[in-house]
Amino acid sequence: MKKNTWINLSFQIGALLLALLITTLLIVAAGAPPFKTYLSILKGSFGSTQNVIAVLIAWSPLLLTTAGVLVTFAAGLWNIGMEGQIVLGAIFTTWLLRLLQITSVPPALIIALGILAGMIGGALWAALAGVLKTFGGVNEIFGGLGLNFVATALTLYLVFGPWKRPGVASMSGTQPFDQKLWLPGFLGSDLSPIALGLSVLAIVAVFILLHNTHFGLRLKAIGKNPKAAYLMGVPTWQYSLFAFLLCGALAGLAGALQVTGQYHRLLPNISSGYGFLGLLVAMLINYQAVWAAPVALFFAALNIGGIQLQILYKLPFSFSGVLQDLLVLLVLMGEGARQRFVKNEQEPQ
Amino acid sequence: MNVELKDIHKTFGAVHANVGINLVVPAGTIQGILGENGAGKSTLMKILSGFIQADKGEIILDGQPAIIRSPADAIRHGVGMLHQDPMDFPPMRIIDNFILGRKGGLLAHHASVVKEFKQLAEQFSFSLAPDAYVDSLTVGERQQLEILRLIWLGASVLIFDEPTTGISAAQKTKLFAALRLLAEQGKTVLFVSHKLEEVEDLCHRVAVLRQGYLVGETQPPYSTHKLVEMMFGKAISIGRRNPCAAANTVLNLQDFSVENYKLKVLDVSLDVRYGEVIGLAGMEGSGQDLFLRPVGGLTRNMGGKIKLNGHDLTGRSYHVFKKRGVAFLPAARLEEGLIISLDLTEHFILAEETSGFFVNRDKGRKLAQERIQEFNIRGTPANTVESLSGGNQQRALLALLRTKLTLLLLEHPTRGLDIESTIYIWKRLKERCQQGTAILFVSSDLEEILQYSDRVLVFFSGSVTPPLDAITLTTEKLGELIGGKGWPQSTSGKGA
Repeated sequence: MKKNTWINLSFQIGALLLALLITTLLIVAAGAPPFKTYLSILKGSFGSTQNVIAVLIAWSPLLLTTAGVLVTFAAGLWNIGMEGQIVLGAIFTTWLLRLLQITSVPPALIIALGILAGMIGGALWAALAGVLKTFGGVNEIFGGLGLNFVATALTLYLVFGPWKRPGVASMSGTQPFDQKLWLPGFLGSDLSPIALGLSVLAIVAVFILLHNTHFGLRLKAIGKNPKAAYLMGVPTWQYSLFAFLLCGALAGLAGALQVTGQYHRLLPNISSGYGFLGLLVAMLINYQAVWAAPVALFFAALNIGGIQLQILYKLPFSFSGVLQDLLVLLVLMGEGARQRFVKNEQEPQ
Repeated sequence: MNVELKDIHKTFGAVHANVGINLVVPAGTIQGILGENGAGKSTLMKILSGFIQADKGEIILDGQPAIIRSPADAIRHGVGMLHQDPMDFPPMRIIDNFILGRKGGLLAHHASVVKEFKQLAEQFSFSLAPDAYVDSLTVGERQQLEILRLIWLGASVLIFDEPTTGISAAQKTKLFAALRLLAEQGKTVLFVSHKLEEVEDLCHRVAVLRQGYLVGETQPPYSTHKLVEMMFGKAISIGRRNPCAAANTVLNLQDFSVENYKLKVLDVSLDVRYGEVIGLAGMEGSGQDLFLRPVGGLTRNMGGKIKLNGHDLTGRSYHVFKKRGVAFLPAARLEEGLIISLDLTEHFILAEETSGFFVNRDKGRKLAQERIQEFNIRGTPANTVESLSGGNQQRALLALLRTKLTLLLLEHPTRGLDIESTIYIWKRLKERCQQGTAILFVSSDLEEILQYSDRVLVFFSGSVTPPLDAITLTTEKLGELIGGKGWPQSTSGKGA
């Protein structure tokens, strides 16, 4: 057992080092000083209170999507459709806020209802992918991807159509809501303690759900062997569908918080790629919920810290994305190499 | 082409599938290869056709040693094999399938190939339209296509693996005519089968395999008695049996019919009593596996009724059956029964009736510990199932069953297990019977069928015997029935 732990660790560290090496080569190739580049990422993410706040703002939705995708992964499902589920969450929230903002309902209640609506919206969108999979035989990857495009189109339609700003419609989104419908920010920033609290709560809840409950164990059983799970009496398709609902609700919550906490309106790029980024985080941590929080924080920091590289070194702004993707790719490859290595080790016996 | 196999050995893990097999087949012969499941027939044929390689031994074709490393190698040497399941591409046209395996230029001369195809088809009086799609064909027609393709590719040794499964009587006649024609043309035909009548009818000579050994070769006139004895070995001595069937019916099947794309099992009516053990015998793929699953609601029956304790459960799902005390243990233990990478504790937690929202791991571990002791499983609660041996996996599967069961369905309950585990597992199963559980099990082991069943249903090509009393049944009689002999005319060949 001891030896195996060391083997695992060395393969993981090896993968990280390789990712760093390739990234460094890329930086050099782009004509930027590597050491300074890394330093400025660090500074850009943790150098000032403002930067830390920005990182935490990005951390919150990433935690939610990671939490969600951990649930579907446990059930052996690839929920690629989280982007769309975030968007639908945002649309439902916006819709409810628009509906109630002209009434005399107390603002706090409107926000709460709006967030709830967002969760329902995300869950419904995910359920659609789930139903397509369970009853239509459509692979959830294709279903999810297709529904992502539909969600984007729907946002554009709303932003440029029925919900367009008075005057001129633009990519900057719908008319911002009155400040009383904003989630209160921390120190006047867009960092909402409520959003952050909900996100942390979500990842803790998912951890407990997957590790300590019958629901989680059954989900795991379905993910690893649906036939055997069925023979043991687990209602398989119902659980799969529920996993979709739960993941969708969490993605929808992320969308709802983007609207109420950060942007205060609906805009075309409301999901900001957090759905896909959550998938990456989940793959990088090998679906172990314990690691979700720190790795999501690291990814958020890379995103925020990488923003200024364009100005400083003329590196493309997608640079942190490249680093993140390389990391995931190499860690996955490292895992594959490890399995072959371990297998070869055992073979001669 | 003369085919000579010299001292062929092949092992899979601990199983010695072929042990020093020597066989000479002269050109122009139809050579029958007879044997029960797992006797090593398919292994030997796959070695000859390049799908697997022998550990030791030589293949000699027309006096020349041939090294065959792949099916493509084999066809270059003139050896082609027709598999039990047609290996073709259903969404493509016949003619495209026909051309597919050919080496050569980028563009096929379509028109000339069509002409050649038609000529060949006519020669064997197969009526296949070159432009039809393969998925519109019957199993028999797909077989005809495959025969033509192999001949066109230049095969002069043709191997047929159980070719008469799932084809109609008319197609069988055509197939046999084609095989005889092939032999007349000087080609070598190897005919793998477990169907005695067909082998006796068709083959110029027969080689019998048992447990990896070539146990004998015979030529016409054949004696069925001798063939059965060679296939299954000497009469098996049956130990003392203790039937514990009660008077009341627990399971009632009425005109129960099942089918898949190859096989039909029609109108079976059966009453199973409390505590009774029913053995379902037959060569693999004769309909017994097809029959067992819908009895537990795992697949749908095409017709008829199924009643459990008087409740009509026709068309209900397995989970409804399960609530009424039915359990199903699959033959593929790690594929369908257990969950790889979960440990025994987690399995026991999953299998138990749940209480509460949170998992009580301590309770689960305690339960696992108890059952591990009770069922003599070599392992700990923290062992993942794939780390257990086959016998211990089967014990774990039995240990996972809840206490009260009405009906237990088992596929090959002791396949691959050592004798100790086999005896142990049947001891536990018999205990269940004493508590009133009825058992239906599929097995290809004659000894197991005769030793443990109260009554036996024999399957052959989808036909089923009425329930036979196991006490009056002899090994020889059972062997004959399994090989398709001694069936009343009215029922035999229904599956065709």
